[in-house]
Amino acid sequence: MNKREFLHHLRRYQQGSISRRQFLGATGLGVASAVLATELGLRPRRAFAGDIGDRVSLCTWPSYHDPANLELFTQATGATVEMTVFGSNEEMMAKLQAGAAGYDVLVPTNYTIRDYASQNLIQPLDLAQIPNHDPSAHDTRFTGEGAVDGTVYAVPKDWGTTGYVINSSEVTEGPTTWKEFWDLTQTTHSGRVMVHDYQLTTIGNALKYYGYSFNSIDAAELAKAEELLLAVKPHLFGINSDYKPSMLSGDAIMSICWTGDAVQLRRENAAMQYVLGREGGEIWTDFYAIPADAPNVKGAYALIDYLVTPDINAKEVLFHGYPSTDARTNALLPKELLEDPILYPAAEVLAPLEFGATGLITNEARAELFARFKSA
Amino acid sequence: MKRAGPGRRRAIVTALLLAPSTLWFVALLVMPLVVVLVFSLGERAPAGGYQAGFTFANYLNLPARLTAFTNTLTLAPVGTLLCLVFAYPLAYFLAVKVKRAKLMLLVLVILPFWTSFLLRTYAWIILLSGKGIPSWLAVVGIEGVRLINTPTAVLIGIVYGYLPLMVFPIYVSLERLDKRLLEAAADLYADPIATFRRVTLPLSLPGVVTGCLLVFILLMGEYLIPQLLGGGKVFFIGNALVDLFLQSRNWPFGSAVAIALVVIMIVAVGLATRWAKHQGATREVSLL
Repeated sequence: MNKREFLHHLRRYQQGSISRRQFLGATGLGVASAVLATELGLRPRRAFAGDIGDRVSLCTWPSYHDPANLELFTQATGATVEMTVFGSNEEMMAKLQAGAAGYDVLVPTNYTIRDYASQNLIQPLDLAQIPNHDPSAHDTRFTGEGAVDGTVYAVPKDWGTTGYVINSSEVTEGPTTWKEFWDLTQTTHSGRVMVHDYQLTTIGNALKYYGYSFNSIDAAELAKAEELLLAVKPHLFGINSDYKPSMLSGDAIMSICWTGDAVQLRRENAAMQYVLGREGGEIWTDFYAIPADAPNVKGAYALIDYLVTPDINAKEVLFHGYPSTDARTNALLPKELLEDPILYPAAEVLAPLEFGATGLITNEARAELFARFKSA
Repeated sequence: MKRAGPGRRRAIVTALLLAPSTLWFVALLVMPLVVVLVFSLGERAPAGGYQAGFTFANYLNLPARLTAFTNTLTLAPVGTLLCLVFAYPLAYFLAVKVKRAKLMLLVLVILPFWTSFLLRTYAWIILLSGKGIPSWLAVVGIEGVRLINTPTAVLIGIVYGYLPLMVFPIYVSLERLDKRLLEAAADLYADPIATFRRVTLPLSLPGVVTGCLLVFILLMGEYLIPQLLGGGKVFFIGNALVDLFLQSRNWPFGSAVAIALVVIMIVAVGLATRWAKHQGATREVSLL
């Protein structure tokens, strides 16, 4: 857990949206005191199948793991989970490219895996060390990109979509398309809309305004998207991938949003609605991978194996609100969750969605476009 | 030969004493700067990062970050000036007026440093966002005020965060001020305003210059305050740098921006120091 996430929890605690106990659990303060006790020799470390060291470093996204699960992992293995959260795949890859980042487990998105593998930033996985992962339990539509040319580099975590969230008590127009999203931003709801600090989704959904592919790298199409983004920028409330606090405080009333964040927002405020633009947009899968220079490979395998265990994974899903790709996990989840239209959108809105394309993570044109948009 | 002995020994001792700081300086300042300089002449690798090359294209591309430079070069001086305006009376009060409990008041000025700067800036997010100050203003009838994610919010954060850095140098220079000079001025029929303008202010100038340089230099590289209180909409050079290294991964262009920042700082600080020296010199002359 980094400072940002800690503060996020602190604020939620202060705002009264989580209890003190949840706060201590979420921030790991409970774990921290337990670790301190262990370090000081006040508590014997429990035996585990082989020593996996005293810490595993997990590189992931905000609000993506049930802190109670990680605490249980620590109790079972004696290894604490050091969590770092990122705002975009670009940021995650940049840290790995710079070398010796010290991460053991990575949570990359489908479209980045081939690029990670070709740059030798992640290592092939020995599935024998992840016995709780059962490839046959996963729908290959979601999980195919974990393997690169037949070599498995990553095992699936969950999947989701990228739409937008509206606070329906203020956004009363009932928008259903990306065109409406961008138009409302420039008119009625100027100053109260957020976009991700993430080129893939922000550029991708600006492309959808014109009906282009979410993945376009066509120069003329990107130029149109840039024109739109630059026109929209003065009307934005902010550019941030951590939009939940602003949505909850009421400063922002509409934002580009991922499945699980919509579920988490709705948990706090029933007026929060999730919209998948009818033109399409992104569908994605996140995976677990191990960096090539991971300092604690043994710990990495232990943590991944633990997190993909169906009953643990089911608790994860209940916490983060993203649908699992694992049929065994789904069997353990309550019916209302499996029928939730945020997690499982209707077939007709799901159909036009695109998976992010390989190569976009390293595409210069899109990276530069986004940097220009932000510094404009 | 015999006379050269102690001299040489002294030279060796001096060299040995200077060695750690020189090594530190070369390893942690000069070397990274050389790397940045070399990078700034290279090209972006296809997958992002650095690729060897020799081109000035990155420097020619600098106007693409004009907004970031303009934002920094306006908000950093304005922020420094605001800090000065708020800090001077406080420092004056602490150094000249306060008799008892001085230590406690000084501790109160440093107190915020005991918690993380990040944490305190986060507190400002809550204060400046819709449910904070704007909602209190709405109660007294001032509706529709927006603070968070605006340049005003960034300036508030700057003044709050950097105030102690300005207070202390000024406090020290005022504290050392010989009170008899003030009495002398009064004896010579100077009214309080004239005394302040012609005695107190010139004598506290070294503290003012130190404080301003300290705040200004740090502000030029500021990243956190615009990031948190500007919401990605008030963009400083620091933010452009983070983006270039972590998002678009254009290290060579990022390096060129960094070098440009260093050059601007050297020029600005150089001019300020010269001005301060000039002020000091005229003061001495006029005293004679």
